[in-house]
Amino acid sequence: MFSQPTEDATNVADVIEEELEATDLEDAVDEPERVVPAIEFRDVHLSFEDNKILDGISFTVRRGETKVILGRSGGGKSTTIRLILGLLKPDSGQILIDGEDITNYSEIEMMTVRAKIGMVFQEGALFDSLSVYDNVAYRLHEQGIAETEVETEVRRMLKFVDLEDAIDKMPAELSGGMRRRVGIARALVGDPQIVLFDEPTAGLDPPTARTICELAIKLRDLEDVSSIFVTHEMKNLEYLSSEYATVDENGEVVFEMEGEKLCLINTEIVMLKEGKIIFSGKDEEFAATDDPYILKFVRGK
Amino acid sequence: MNLLKKFLFELQEITNLIISAFFGLFKSPRYVKEIIRQMDLIGVGSLPIVLLTGFFTGGVLILQTYPTLVYYGAQAEAGRAVATSLIRELGPVLSALMVSGRIGSAISAELGAMVVSQQIDAMRALGTDPNRKLVAPRIIALILMLPLLTVAADVFGLLGGGIVAKNLYGLDYNLFITSVRNGITTEDIIGGIIKPLFFGLIIGSVSCYKGLSTTDGTVGVGRSTTSAVVLSSIVVIIFDFFLSRAIQSIFDIKPI
Ligand SMILES: Nc1ncnc2c1ncn2[C@@H]1O[C@H](COP(=O)(O)OP(=O)(O)OP(=O)(O)O)[C@@H](O)[C@H]1O
Ligand SMILES: [Mg+2]
Repeated sequence: MFSQPTEDATNVADVIEEELEATDLEDAVDEPERVVPAIEFRDVHLSFEDNKILDGISFTVRRGETKVILGRSGGGKSTTIRLILGLLKPDSGQILIDGEDITNYSEIEMMTVRAKIGMVFQEGALFDSLSVYDNVAYRLHEQGIAETEVETEVRRMLKFVDLEDAIDKMPAELSGGMRRRVGIARALVGDPQIVLFDEPTAGLDPPTARTICELAIKLRDLEDVSSIFVTHEMKNLEYLSSEYATVDENGEVVFEMEGEKLCLINTEIVMLKEGKIIFSGKDEEFAATDDPYILKFVRGK
Repeated sequence: MNLLKKFLFELQEITNLIISAFFGLFKSPRYVKEIIRQMDLIGVGSLPIVLLTGFFTGGVLILQTYPTLVYYGAQAEAGRAVATSLIRELGPVLSALMVSGRIGSAISAELGAMVVSQQIDAMRALGTDPNRKLVAPRIIALILMLPLLTVAADVFGLLGGGIVAKNLYGLDYNLFITSVRNGITTEDIIGGIIKPLFFGLIIGSVSCYKGLSTTDGTVGVGRSTTSAVVLSSIVVIIFDFFLSRAIQSIFDIKPI
């Protein structure tokens, strides 16, 4: 906001140049907006009192890419996600959404940015005074969309997370995993172009956790959604970085293993340690690393 | 010094809250349904306690002043004595205190719980401004309902006074009503309605601010509830003095 327009322009040009080298040139020329990253952090610092949480974080999430953020508990993963939504402001550095510098945006300016982001909160954060239906419908109700349309969409989303039976329940009547899934449905209503998952599978049984990963894979491969997926669980990382979704000849969504077709999958890993990024790259590189901290994180000992 | 700084900071934050809630009223979506729901909760819900408070306050006023009035031979003025103090002061202030205890605590506890369970963050993340969706309807409902509650408390206070005067001291109802009617002026009534408008604003904004600024989890919710009630009650009582003075000078009310 306060930076010089010329500086901004060169920055964008820089980014475009970098990206052009990396991506397929022809694609980029067809859709010039694709080269602007969906999310970009530039040297972001944040402390709570004397406690340094983020110490110079820079990364980008390209369009249609899923970024898996790893890091130990209390490492600043949720904080990173809150920064993207503007729920917190960084002490210094810049955060860009679709090329737009939101760092100094006011609460009112943030509202238009938030409209294109879906957020799955770590604790669900459902509105306890509203039923499951009204929770999922929240965004649509706020937009004043006709009730029949809202109902179709809510039923579709609840079916997606396999919770059609709970439609009239209140959040207090749900289990932790059910609340999380309602939270996912609420975040995905209105087809946001960016989705932020904050440990969506924590505390869920393996099949449900798998369903949620499949959901993230489908959003990535079929809906071209950019997402951030915060997790502690290596199983999730494995699913996200080794499988992709396609539609077969019967119109069914199928998941296929990456196999030999290396680098087909649009997922990258970022690992945080003490406020810094200590790893950033593909899962193959991650598996091949000999950094003792990462090895310990992966194996648990 | 630190205390003063904190006070000024809170004053500024509360003013900002009121301003943003107020300007939010002119943008869509408008939360009319929510305002009506809050009016029901605040107004209809508080009616019983406000009526009881009014009734017994009126009763006790007569109980205590009647013997003195008899001493001066002025028992015919009993109605006037109750009416002036009730309509000018006790009605508005006691109703505001009852409402701040009942509604102020409820508002700050509800908003505080929403803060600590991240529901406020979720609301912001979903593109809703909590000042418009949560704060504005509560403040508006309080501003609209508190004057009505006050009038109801006044009426029940006079009723209580009349019943006590009749049954304990044998004062004739007609005499009581006549002296009430001689005692109160239009200015008293207008003043008695202007005050609760401000009290509603104070209770609403202080409680919403305290609720939304909750930190430290569940313990923090308890703390902000307590401070919402204490702060709004104290501000109501202090503000009452200055409002009374302002109303006196505006209406040019002289000592009788
Ligand atoms: N509002 C706050 N005030 C003070 N400190 C905070 C606040 N929010 C977070 N922190 C601190 O910031 C650090 C990072 O918190 P964050 O929630 O981002 O961790 P996380 O990586 O998401 O952890 P987990 O995996 O357990 O969810 C923690 O040490 C926490 O104590
Ligand atoms: Mg977290």
